[in-house]
Amino acid sequence: MSLTPEDVSRIALLSRIELSPAERETTREQLNGILGFIEQLQAVDTAGIEPMAHAVDVVQRLRPDVVTETDRRADFQAVAPETEAGLYLVPKVIE
Amino acid sequence: MSQWEVVIGLETHAQLQTKSKIFSGSSIAFGAEPNVQANAVDIALPGVLPVLNREAVVCAIKFGLAVGASIAPRSVFARKNYFYPDLPKGYQISQFEIPVVQGGGLAIRVGEQEKFIRLTRAHLEEDAGKSLHEDFHGRTGIDLNRAGTPLLEIVTEPDMRSSAEAVAYARALHALVQWIGICDGNMQEGSFRCDANVSVRRPGEPLGTRREIKNLNSFRFMQQAIDFEVQWQINEISEGRAIRQATVLFDPDSGETRAMRSKEDAHDYRYFPDPDLLPLEIGADWIAQVKAGLPELPQAMQARFQADYGLSAYDAAILTASRAMADYFVTAVAAAGAANAKAVANWIMGELAARLNKNDMDVANSPISAAQLAGLVQRIADNTISNNIAKKVFEALWNGEGQSADEIIDQQGLKQITDSGAIEKIIDEVLAANQKSVGEFRAGKDKAFNALVGQAMKATKGKANPQQVNDLLRKKLGG
Repeated sequence: MSLTPEDVSRIALLSRIELSPAERETTREQLNGILGFIEQLQAVDTAGIEPMAHAVDVVQRLRPDVVTETDRRADFQAVAPETEAGLYLVPKVIE
Repeated sequence: MSQWEVVIGLETHAQLQTKSKIFSGSSIAFGAEPNVQANAVDIALPGVLPVLNREAVVCAIKFGLAVGASIAPRSVFARKNYFYPDLPKGYQISQFEIPVVQGGGLAIRVGEQEKFIRLTRAHLEEDAGKSLHEDFHGRTGIDLNRAGTPLLEIVTEPDMRSSAEAVAYARALHALVQWIGICDGNMQEGSFRCDANVSVRRPGEPLGTRREIKNLNSFRFMQQAIDFEVQWQINEISEGRAIRQATVLFDPDSGETRAMRSKEDAHDYRYFPDPDLLPLEIGADWIAQVKAGLPELPQAMQARFQADYGLSAYDAAILTASRAMADYFVTAVAAAGAANAKAVANWIMGELAARLNKNDMDVANSPISAAQLAGLVQRIADNTISNNIAKKVFEALWNGEGQSADEIIDQQGLKQITDSGAIEKIIDEVLAANQKSVGEFRAGKDKAFNALVGQAMKATKGKANPQQVNDLLRKKLGG
């Protein structure tokens, strides 16, 4: 499998990454290189092996349902670009 | 419309009744100042890690058990990737390939028809924050208090064939999640919201293209939105236009559904297992432990009410419409005795329901307690008061004029007169004072008899046993 320039543009858009035409070409080559490795991995016979969801074979630890956090809004908003009335402000988004 | 078949599937987001968020120790209490319940994990500062809330998993297990689903011994959290400012990480933690609850279903009733709606799955996920598009000098305000709130997304198979069935399912689900105590069901606050996937086809044909109506937050809107959408799709197809898959919003003011600006890439979420979270393992012992703590489910209770108390299926369904209603009935029957169960049911569904309804109140905060109602029903059963007087006592209890039916009957002297001698005496007086009616009755006017009964009842302020009055009066007049 190898990616076309259009594939790369689409992935860049989904990831919100802006690529110049030159960057797009370099990225395409790099991604195709990675896909090459994956093709090699896919040659391994995995029949009968249960897929793992994580690299380590341990299970999720659980937290008791207790409120442990306090209000630190002032600290967080001190480093935010723009706030008002306790809200974080961002460029207008409307569906 | 019979030449078209409507196909509906629902996706419901139920907010789980935990104290803290699904992956952090922030509070999820509703109505706080913006962003005071949004900590470093919730606003996605670098270097933070999610830790799963045990109680959210318990909620999922409870739900799975209640709908007869299988609980996955091992399920996996995945990242659902999309960009929106109220989703600070750039992905939502959800479950994709292996959800925690798989299969199961819910019985619904539309009129006399019972139907089983199959569930595909239910999975745990986190809610996003809120975007406020009001006037912030052309900017959008973001409140992340809701970000990370635990949700159970419950997905059905496309098993519903009308808006009525969809609403019946949504109501049944709404009652169930409250019944088992995993969701408060508050639709205004967004604790329970539905998306409806709607398509139409000619019977026997493959499924039509569906459109998804988003964020239905009332049952009435759900019905209106689906009805409008179905008619719209039928019109489109009838006029030769193909339906295109889309997400639509319902506008309650116009009663119409309208497509949101379509984002071509919106559905490419590039799910993958979240490396920050390990697989969730749920052992048989944990499931057994949760099962032991589950209340009796509505379906089981309905069957029991029918078998033990001889109630109709309809009555049993009404009495188990909510946990509060069922608790009230069970408490009242325990106090009044099983023999009086039918009478208790009638009073709850009749007088009490009407009065609560009129005052826009719920049975959970009824001014008349279950024990008080039971006391009232017992006094009718043992002939202390007639049904008519009982209504008076009910009124007095409602107004808080006494602690119990007995107290009110005593204080207001409402005890039924059943002593035949006393009643006979009153009847003699009534007959003497109403010779005209007696004459009319003897002349064949049946109406005159009723007038005499009325006079006798009036003379006893309604306290005489009406059947006794009838019998004695007929005896005297006939004799």
